Amino acid sequence: MGLDPGKAEPAAVKILQSPAVRIGLSISVATGLYGVSFGALSVTSGLDFWQTMALSLLLFSGGSQFAFIGVVAGGGSGVAAMGAATLLGMRNGIYGMQINALLQPRGWRRFAAAQLTIDESTATSTGQTDPQEQKRGFWTAGIGVFVLWNLFTALGALAGGALGDPKQWGLDGAAVAAFLGLLWPRLKGREPVAIAVVCALATVLAVPFVPPGVPILVAAVVAAGIGWFSHARSDEGLEPDVDPYAEHHEQRHGHTDHTGHADPSGHTGDLPADRDGGTA
Amino acid sequence: MNLWTWLLLSCLLAYAWKLLGYLVPASLLRNPRMSRIAGTMTIGLLASLTVVNAVATGQSLALDARLGALAAAALALWFRAPFLVVVIVGAAAAAGLRLLGWD
Repeated sequence: MGLDPGKAEPAAVKILQSPAVRIGLSISVATGLYGVSFGALSVTSGLDFWQTMALSLLLFSGGSQFAFIGVVAGGGSGVAAMGAATLLGMRNGIYGMQINALLQPRGWRRFAAAQLTIDESTATSTGQTDPQEQKRGFWTAGIGVFVLWNLFTALGALAGGALGDPKQWGLDGAAVAAFLGLLWPRLKGREPVAIAVVCALATVLAVPFVPPGVPILVAAVVAAGIGWFSHARSDEGLEPDVDPYAEHHEQRHGHTDHTGHADPSGHTGDLPADRDGGTA
Repeated sequence: MNLWTWLLLSCLLAYAWKLLGYLVPASLLRNPRMSRIAGTMTIGLLASLTVVNAVATGQSLALDARLGALAAAALALWFRAPFLVVVIVGAAAAAGLRLLGWD
């Protein structure tokens, strides 16, 4: 608090008053924290510390990361794990198109923005209407989630390695809960629920007949078929851009500037997300 | 090929998806079918991963403590618990049911 306010101080204050920055920061904390669960589950799934860190640093999409370790934990092959993770990453391509249209990053920023394109950064950005705020929101959430997600992945991996028998601690139950938590915020309306039920059934039916990991890919094919042939309501509910988390922001944005803190459940569940995990 | 290979390939493909979004012409974004497939596939994969982790053991189906974790997690989500709490509730349910002898 200097008596002689330079130009830096009002600028810094202004940055922190930006709703997009505040929301981005709170999402970063909420999402980063659950990197602990990814790190712990990953090492108990059979990956080592550096494989776990490689997923968080390089793949950096919570849903895909959980998918990869989920397939490995279930005894699936590396190629099946890759298939599940890659198919789940498709939505990031759609997010990339949206961010590209909004921010139009140039040069190296485009390549950095690509790596930071996940559920959280996209939703923070698209929830804003002012272009400057969209930019701030994207970079704050993207960088914030990246840093904290990796930090807490490392913590979780170290802790998970020290746990001993993962079943005794219910970590297989934690994985089930994590996937349901990633799915839940997307189940808005009847159609998404129907898709989830059909794909769950297809999975269960496939389990006895194909190698571990493959039932997930069977479900992906079924889901893609539904998407391909369904003509109903293409712009409602199913598209990642009207992801409930983003809607929340948009709705609440005009009314209060504490949106980020008011809605932790919406944020964290949407990785996927990655959020993929979200995360990221 | 070992796990590292598939893992690094997964990272490469994940980045390829993301970057693709920045490189393709914006008109593709208006193709509703592509967006719809990305949406349905995300839901389908997450639903599939949920049930695989809940009931599959290798190539057989098992009804064990993980089902309790699924129910507990659903309950937590219903009451709008944050993600990390949901995960902890799932772990606690599975661990608790095992303590009670239901494996």
